[in-house]
Amino acid sequence: MRRVFLFCGHYGSGKTNLAVNLACRLKEQGGDVAIADLDIVNPYFRTVDSRDALTERGIDVYGLPFANTNVDLPSLPSEIYGLVQTHRKLAVMDIGGDERGVLALGRFAPYILEENDYEMYFVVNFYRPLTRTPEEALAVFREITEATPLRFTGIVNNSNLGAETTAADVEATVSEAAALADLTGLPLVYTSYSAALSPAPAVPSPMPLRLQKKLF
Amino acid sequence: MSEKVLMKGNEAIAEAAIRAGCRHYFGYPITPQTELAAYMAKRMPKIGGTFLQAESEIAAINMVYGVAGTGKRVMTSSSSPGVSLKQEGISYIAGADLPALIVNVQRGGPGLGGIQPSQSDYFQATKGGGHGDYHLIVLTPAGVQEMADLTALAFDLADKYRMPAMLLADGTTGQMMEPVVLPEEQIHTVEKPWAVTGTGMKRPHNIINSLYLKPEELEEMNFARFRRYAEIEENEVRYESFLMEDADVCVVAFGIAARVSKNAVVAARAEGIKAGLIRPITVWPFPKKALACAADKVKGFVSVELSMGQMIEDVVLATGNRRPVMLCNRAGGMIPTPDGVLDSIRKMNGGAEL
Repeated sequence: MRRVFLFCGHYGSGKTNLAVNLACRLKEQGGDVAIADLDIVNPYFRTVDSRDALTERGIDVYGLPFANTNVDLPSLPSEIYGLVQTHRKLAVMDIGGDERGVLALGRFAPYILEENDYEMYFVVNFYRPLTRTPEEALAVFREITEATPLRFTGIVNNSNLGAETTAADVEATVSEAAALADLTGLPLVYTSYSAALSPAPAVPSPMPLRLQKKLF
Repeated sequence: MSEKVLMKGNEAIAEAAIRAGCRHYFGYPITPQTELAAYMAKRMPKIGGTFLQAESEIAAINMVYGVAGTGKRVMTSSSSPGVSLKQEGISYIAGADLPALIVNVQRGGPGLGGIQPSQSDYFQATKGGGHGDYHLIVLTPAGVQEMADLTALAFDLADKYRMPAMLLADGTTGQMMEPVVLPEEQIHTVEKPWAVTGTGMKRPHNIINSLYLKPEELEEMNFARFRRYAEIEENEVRYESFLMEDADVCVVAFGIAARVSKNAVVAARAEGIKAGLIRPITVWPFPKKALACAADKVKGFVSVELSMGQMIEDVVLATGNRRPVMLCNRAGGMIPTPDGVLDSIRKMNGGAEL
């Protein structure tokens, strides 16, 4: 297993949710886990929203110092350097949306490349308006690829319609995800969905997500 | 795959505007409405439209003024401090009787304030934020589906009545993601004989202007405009009534405050309090009659707002001060909780002073 896990993709595709869930899963498997929120694009919904749930489980959370405040300042905590330079903990990194979000990764990328022990997942939700087809998703994939020296290692299909998602909605995207895997030459790592979905969808590489946010 | 897509409120506005035939967007970035402009920047070039990031909000609204004069569907969007900057231009657009859409994804104020959600631009939106006697048609979405639906409606109403319309949203509805069925592509056929599109040497010049040299003429323009406003107050009021049939306590809330309030109303019913909700969808025109009717039956009103209490003044006016009206509010980017609203409902149900 790799040490560093990076989640990138079109904004709103569910990167934060996946990062939080993977961190919990790694912790349950006995790992010493830290999660870092590098999303400098979206100042509203973020990893630190789940801070209590994560710290209760013994996961270190390196969030943006000003997240959920009125300070719209894209600063990152210095602990992230420790995470990429010391190699002591399993690192789950939640990267901001699109090619702009990936820019925040720039200063940490050399360390991650040098260590060369990372997975970088492209998260896609085929129900998002600008990634409705494998071809549209590929365009976003390429924009991100051009903005970072790191290379994607897998695809995560996180297709959902929020609280209204049904198993059939997830299953309907299996062929799109397979097509995107073909187009990019990368493996489909997970098909993720809310663990509350009943019945669970019949999909390849299933990844039920237990931590879900709820807003009103 | 489903016809539904999962969208942020800001994106839903942008896509709905495009489907309503808007091909001209002028703006300047500000949190929490940035995704709207970002979406337009990606989509407009692909469909032969114009996306332009202006040098300022003031420039953007004046570009809107220019395009509106040609009769094309046009919009701008911003958040509270940016919308303040646009007020002069909005007044000119109203004074020249032009249709346009202005979106305000509100954040906390006053001043630079903050980036978290707010409803404290209610006065500015409904009472005329710029100078002179004018109104905007002001629509208030309470979810992502309505962000899309009301955007299409706002363009239609603006065209129909030749006046600017505003979508008064907030940071939460702008940022939240929900499944949405996008409105159909519309080909609108509103005749705009006033538009500045070239005379072709076949008709006299059309002139777009808000300057009148004779006060008698300017007065007549104001009278005519207000006759149109009266028609709108008669025909275009929109609101949602929830569990009001037998209600003792009427909660009044719009946008995100209404979503919170709905939960509180359901919780109140569960403990035996007959609570109901009137949710204005248009805040200008305000649902005065619905509130006046409610005042005949209920013990009192609770106005739930993300401000220091602005809509409450319209509730008091609409109900003729016949029943007590209590304010349940948070400000500065904070959102009332369902429990907080429930507490106010309990207090009002227990009896309050007029």
